[in-house]
Amino acid sequence: MKNHDVIVQDLAPRKFGRLGAVWIGLLLLLIIIGIIAYVDQLVKGQVVTNMRDYALWGIYISNFVFFVATSFVGSVTVAILRLTNNAWRTPLVRIAEIITVACIAMAGITIMIDMARPDRLLNLFIHARLQSPITWDVIIIPTFLVISLLLLYFPLLPDFAILQKYYSKTKPKLSKWYGKLSLKWTGNAAQKEIQTKSIRVIAVLIILAGILLQTIDAWLFSTTYRTGWDSTNFAPYFISGAFVAGVGALVTVIYVVRRARKLEAYITEYHFDKMGKLLALACLIYLYFNINEYLIPAFTAKKGEEVHLATLFTGHYAPLFWFVTIAGLVLPIIVLLFKKGRKPLPMFFIGMIVVIASWWKRYIIITPTLLEPFLPIQGVPESWHSYFPSMHEWAITVATLAMALLIITLLVRYLPAVPIQRTADEQNLSATLQSSES
Amino acid sequence: MENNSKKSRRKFLDKGLKIGIASAIGGVALSKLSTSLKANAEEGSGETMELMTTDGTIIQVDSSEVVEMGHRHGMDYNVREGIPNRKFVMVVDLAKCKNALKCQSACNKAHYITGDNAWMKVYKMQESEDTAPYWMPTTCQHCDKPACVTVCPVDATFKRKDGLVLIDNDRCIGCRFCMAACPYSTRVFNWGDPGQEVTLNLDMTGVEPTPEYAGMPSLKGTVDKCDFCPHMVKEGELPHCVTACPNGVFYFGDKYEDTVTNGEETVRLSKLLEEKAGYRLLESLGTEPSVYYLPPVDRLVDFEDGMEHFTEFQSVEKPVKE
Repeated sequence: MKNHDVIVQDLAPRKFGRLGAVWIGLLLLLIIIGIIAYVDQLVKGQVVTNMRDYALWGIYISNFVFFVATSFVGSVTVAILRLTNNAWRTPLVRIAEIITVACIAMAGITIMIDMARPDRLLNLFIHARLQSPITWDVIIIPTFLVISLLLLYFPLLPDFAILQKYYSKTKPKLSKWYGKLSLKWTGNAAQKEIQTKSIRVIAVLIILAGILLQTIDAWLFSTTYRTGWDSTNFAPYFISGAFVAGVGALVTVIYVVRRARKLEAYITEYHFDKMGKLLALACLIYLYFNINEYLIPAFTAKKGEEVHLATLFTGHYAPLFWFVTIAGLVLPIIVLLFKKGRKPLPMFFIGMIVVIASWWKRYIIITPTLLEPFLPIQGVPESWHSYFPSMHEWAITVATLAMALLIITLLVRYLPAVPIQRTADEQNLSATLQSSES
Repeated sequence: MENNSKKSRRKFLDKGLKIGIASAIGGVALSKLSTSLKANAEEGSGETMELMTTDGTIIQVDSSEVVEMGHRHGMDYNVREGIPNRKFVMVVDLAKCKNALKCQSACNKAHYITGDNAWMKVYKMQESEDTAPYWMPTTCQHCDKPACVTVCPVDATFKRKDGLVLIDNDRCIGCRFCMAACPYSTRVFNWGDPGQEVTLNLDMTGVEPTPEYAGMPSLKGTVDKCDFCPHMVKEGELPHCVTACPNGVFYFGDKYEDTVTNGEETVRLSKLLEEKAGYRLLESLGTEPSVYYLPPVDRLVDFEDGMEHFTEFQSVEKPVKE
């Protein structure tokens, strides 16, 4: 059992070292490049992208779907593990909440980057039409953002109070901020009861909102006639894909934070082992839906489906398709089956591959379908027959990813990445063998 | 009996329309005349002006009678509602099409298309290896259950009661969901500045552009598509592609009147569709298009003749750079 003061000292946020400064500098540089590219896009129009009338959506949309998917981590790890009383979640939830907030915020920004007339953003409210899936998105994304902020904030209250005290001498200014954020938390029974109840409500809400968010995101595509999108399977397919992307991102970020903040004593191999099993479960479910999505259409092989699947299995997109399927799905399942595969370092690599594959997976879902319309592509320049992102699109997309990482980095910098109060509580509890709501 | 009444109704409508127009003109003339008579009786400035009537005769009018009139653009109606009691349809006779592409160039010209993707295409089609190739012109299908309208988040693209699907490009936010939703790939996007300065200069009428105004400038970051030329239709004229076609491929008309015309012959829509086994594109999707096709049977021209004009990678002629 650790001393309370030691726990606070270990977990309290602290300044970055030189490496952290370089990291933030790099992210800022990428963001600035992206902003310059975006301003150029605003001035010249989306002609600076490689999207055209057939490939009418590109990586802005696939990147958006990736962000939405990754934001599902809050619903899965935090809320579901809480409601199922999985105590091992404790050191992981804060980072999951942070990833959720960063990703959903960036999803909102990314979808606006794809809008060719962001100056008319208000039309979405003034002239909103309820039957459009985009309007559903306009409703669910801010809703999910608010709930995920609450999910991050409410459990933080006791930690803010602790940090106020901890920094009262050394950093009075910072301490004052933590004090304000703690909403006069003293930890008395009444406060604890309200907090526990609220978190339970938020946990239920974020599961609902999360599932709705992924579903609506899938419906953006499956409400069209397009081959490859016109699938009743799409919503659960997206939900399970989000499960994979979210847990993959969580594993990766946790590994980095654990190394950077030297939290090996708090985030142990046991936690990685558990996360590994969760990721394996996610991949298995996703594999199931992938089989539904790709093999069943191949069975009847309607003309359009046949062409679509051929470009994926053996055609233009085959290398990417097999990368995201083998490396991003089958390989993790195999590796994670072994206890050695669930050690921190292999988990980190698996997490990285899963995240990268998840990103390209969205690209594979969106681009090939658009280039296979019902009527042949004729009478347009030859370059319109294919799509690969332009430098502007890459610069802007990399900047959104950098922005998400910057939000995560800054939140890890100023918030305790592992819940202090709950860690302390649990260490006491395990010593006295008491059990209570946490 | 029912048939009879329908026929007589049609006759009535036909005559009624003509009489209506005549009487409207007459009425306006009469009221003008009566007011001018009244005015003449009451007072006159004594000064006269020479004016030319529409049939070219010179008349003298008291100058106090001359009143400036606002510009009239055919009939007035709600642009989002459409022309009352009409339902516009098109029939495309594939048997006559030999890819002359006059429709496309006329459309491009009339709509000042500056992009790389024309609103109307003539596709080189062949269903399978053993079946005959044919040319298939496409316009917007102006579906009765338009997928594009369903998904538009801001009601920028809308369906009118007269059958037209139009775009309000002052409202469009450029999300391109309608383009993803359209199974006929008919929609085009202004990825950059459309560069239609000519259009803007031509608009000297001072009339606010509306979604159905032919000269309505394309806007950067918004969607465009075939509009069935409502600016022509409301003046009682045919869409540009119909009149431009040298082979009479396109028939345009009113489903309620059950009449379509290609400019040369006017035929019963129902009879035409029945006799020539008309069909619609991708009927199975349930989009209910307003454009019908007649199969490419008994063709007078060789498919190969059309290859002369076929350009795989171009549908809008680019001005020759000097």
